[in-house]
Amino acid sequence: MQLKITIKTLLLLMLISPFALFANHHEDKAEHNEEEVTHHEEVVVELTEAEEKAAKRKAYIKHHLQDSYDFTIWQAKGIGFPLPVILWDEGLHIFSSSKFHHGETVAESKGNFYKLYHGKIYKTDAEGTISYDEHHHPTNAKPLDFSITKNVFTIMLIGLLIFFLFKRFAKSYSRNLVPSKGGKFLEPLVLFVRDEIAIPNIGEKHYRKYMSYLLTVFFFIWFLNLAGMTPLGIGVTNNIAVTFGLALITFLITQFTSKKDYWGHIFWMPGVPVPMKFVLAPIELLGVFIKPFALMIRLYANMTAGHIVLMSLIGLLYVFTNWFAKGAFLGLTLFLSIIELLVAFLQAYIFTMLTALYFGGAVAEHDDH
Amino acid sequence: MEIPAIVGAGLVVIGAGIGIGRIGGSAMDAIARQPEATNKIQTAMLIAAALIEGIGFAALFAV
Repeated sequence: MQLKITIKTLLLLMLISPFALFANHHEDKAEHNEEEVTHHEEVVVELTEAEEKAAKRKAYIKHHLQDSYDFTIWQAKGIGFPLPVILWDEGLHIFSSSKFHHGETVAESKGNFYKLYHGKIYKTDAEGTISYDEHHHPTNAKPLDFSITKNVFTIMLIGLLIFFLFKRFAKSYSRNLVPSKGGKFLEPLVLFVRDEIAIPNIGEKHYRKYMSYLLTVFFFIWFLNLAGMTPLGIGVTNNIAVTFGLALITFLITQFTSKKDYWGHIFWMPGVPVPMKFVLAPIELLGVFIKPFALMIRLYANMTAGHIVLMSLIGLLYVFTNWFAKGAFLGLTLFLSIIELLVAFLQAYIFTMLTALYFGGAVAEHDDH
Repeated sequence: MEIPAIVGAGLVVIGAGIGIGRIGGSAMDAIARQPEATNKIQTAMLIAAALIEGIGFAALFAV
């Protein structure tokens, strides 16, 4: 794992450095600067062809990792389907995202006009004017967005997949004790969650009521991470809102099913001298919030960093013209993809294990301290 | 692209690397002493490594 981190960061830095070298273009920029600086704050830089390609590559990578309002399966051939956009702006507006034409046209719905700019929907007038502030951020109003974007669609799809898969698996137990063909693959995993994650952390007495949530979280995160590895560009766990939701549910379940001993341990830690108890209380209180926060950041950062490195490596394949280098980087990309598959499972395991740990802390019996 | 940010990111990675390396080393020693406890030690090692990696990534993103 230490080698993986250093490889990821080294390669990322190696990739960013060619984009940052503007040293050989200072002579062209000098003349432009003198005439532009008088009437514009931002200086228009004349980009060469290589820098334009680099900028396009970065934009493509960024677009691939973000959420979008249509489900594109093959961008070059145009295979994909638009998803519904659901907005609340003093009234419910529902229309297909094909009205946006990937951000070129202005969509009209019940007299309001909306424009897609950099992946967000803003309310504009009929021409689609967007007013910017001094940091070049749009200042238009944004309607409340409940659309079914690509991430929401993937979550629903994977949720239904898990539901039907496990329903069939559970039903196959009604006939005989040996499960069905798909069940033969799932049964060791379910037992693994119970015997290695739930029982050691929560204890024999209370683990049953948490099993359903632990199983759900484990398979949900694992399948979502695996879906992110496909070339469809479905980055669900890349979205910090999704991991925030999962961590929030963990936090809520921990608080609402905790026993009195849990709160006693936070505010009045037993077995510790009295001055230390006053020092420990705010730290433990902070810990209550920081632990689910770390869960959220860990999953988000691991997945996003892995995807950025992989896509940057694939982009590097286009930068080099030497075929030997291309082959070497292709091999490295393949190797890193295999590691990312392992990371997909590992992150699901770590999330579930830490969740079980927090549940165990919440329902810990008062043994002899 | 500022130099302090890049230096900071490098320091974060060094810190995470040292931490996880030490855990791996202790885990190796423990497994060498008592091979029957390999599973438990491996589990504990993975948990600690994931926690440190989480902090490392969070700091890297903040930088």
